[in-house]
Amino acid sequence: MALLEVSKLEAFYGQTQVLRGLDFSLEEGGITAILGANGAGKTTTLRALCGMVRTRGEVSFSGARISSGATESIVRHGIAHVPEGRGTFVRLTTEENLRLGAYTRKDPQAVGEDLERVFQYFPRLKERRHQQAGTLSGGEQQMLAVGRALMMRPRLMLLDEPSFGLAPNLTEELFDILGAINKERRVSMLVVEQNASLALAIADHAYLLETGRIVISGTAKEIEQDETVRKAYLGY
Amino acid sequence: MEFFLQQLFSGLAFGGVYACMALAVVMIYQATDHLNFAQGEMAMFSTYIAYTLISHGVPYWWTFLLAMAISFVGGVMIERIIVRPVEGTSVLNEVIVFIGLLTIFNSLAGWIWEYTIKPFPSPFPKDPLFGNTFVGTHDLGVIGVTLVVLFGVFLFFRYTPIGLAMRAAAQDPASARLVGIRVGWMLALGWGLAAAIGAVAGILVAPIVFLEPNMMGSILLYGFAGALLGGITNPAGAVFGGFAVGVLETLIGAYVSFIGSELKLTVALVLIIAVLVFRPSGLFGRVVVKRV
Repeated sequence: MALLEVSKLEAFYGQTQVLRGLDFSLEEGGITAILGANGAGKTTTLRALCGMVRTRGEVSFSGARISSGATESIVRHGIAHVPEGRGTFVRLTTEENLRLGAYTRKDPQAVGEDLERVFQYFPRLKERRHQQAGTLSGGEQQMLAVGRALMMRPRLMLLDEPSFGLAPNLTEELFDILGAINKERRVSMLVVEQNASLALAIADHAYLLETGRIVISGTAKEIEQDETVRKAYLGY
Repeated sequence: MEFFLQQLFSGLAFGGVYACMALAVVMIYQATDHLNFAQGEMAMFSTYIAYTLISHGVPYWWTFLLAMAISFVGGVMIERIIVRPVEGTSVLNEVIVFIGLLTIFNSLAGWIWEYTIKPFPSPFPKDPLFGNTFVGTHDLGVIGVTLVVLFGVFLFFRYTPIGLAMRAAAQDPASARLVGIRVGWMLALGWGLAAAIGAVAGILVAPIVFLEPNMMGSILLYGFAGALLGGITNPAGAVFGGFAVGVLETLIGAYVSFIGSELKLTVALVLIIAVLVFRPSGLFGRVVVKRV
């Protein structure tokens, strides 16, 4: 059984329909990429899964129906959303941000260990642990957002444009770490990326969104070979 | 010198009470962006509850804690039942609900306990400590108790997971939901805490100003002045502002002859206007910039 099962998912901002019936699924331990141009509905897909926009349709997560819940109840199933623009609590310290990631957990000892593990992945955050998060650079805030998501010990991470605003070398480093997290800790991931070649390099499956519909789906390899995708999104 | 010290300590005692009111106001302001005009009347009502407990023979400090606990539950319920339905609808709706609460509590207190002025006991001895001539023991007690309560609130927000979650929910509700924080309940907790802190202010000031349904009106004004002076976005600043307003008001009343005790409240109003005109963010507040 798939970890995440989505059927006929529609989403609305006010009267405007943005998603027009998505059907897709995600295997436990896999990395799935959602590709598409600006305005295709990539970010909305992630927001819809977390109950942050008005939706219709069915979403179930490891067998439990989550599509009618409030955001704070949905994430408690073990879904960590790293939002576009990072969602950092800018006036709290780095460490407080990370501890908030573990807010729903009841095992303080393991939380302490996980904090050290996050600091191993992102040593820069350890140097900045008592600094106000708003004073961190864009790259550091992105690491903080990923770190905070990890503190939840999620089964699924929803990553919205993790490369946004990062220098190329930082982006590469971040994706290496994401790949390592996926392998070592068996965290499934759903990644939204404008940078298609980057996303396809770590993903095993991918979907291409166009104006709120899935137009192409398949394994990352198949998508990479696909003529339209290559021309429109990979640029060769 | 002795006169100055007398005035200073009396000012600090009132300042502690204003600091509590300022903190209560700031806590709700941070979470909702609105001033709770009913904060004073809620504190007055808590004081009447304490009065009832004491007249039924409950020991003073048990009364103190019980009144805080009852106020906490009351504050949570007010948020859940009355404020929540209008949250985020429009500024006007929320302000009208606050003013409605103010009127309701005022009338309710008058109806239950009558409008006659009642004396309220102080737990501290009448005689000054060590025979000194510059500070009454009740004033000293007020300063001590408010400092303990305010420090407790600081520890709660700084070091407990719930305190951290409440700060996160006030700062960025959307992100708070994404880490699983139940933002609505954090708001309700904030109301409960503010009501409990207000109860402390009411109970401590009642022996000085006497108990009657309008006792907290001017005190809330001084609290607003303190909150604005320190910075309405900064709880620690608001506490400092509360103490500063208490001292300022007492010293000006004592040394500037034409102000005396009749025009003292004007000091608070002048201060509010001066802060809003010259430094709207207060002494320690953040400058809030809104992009439009």
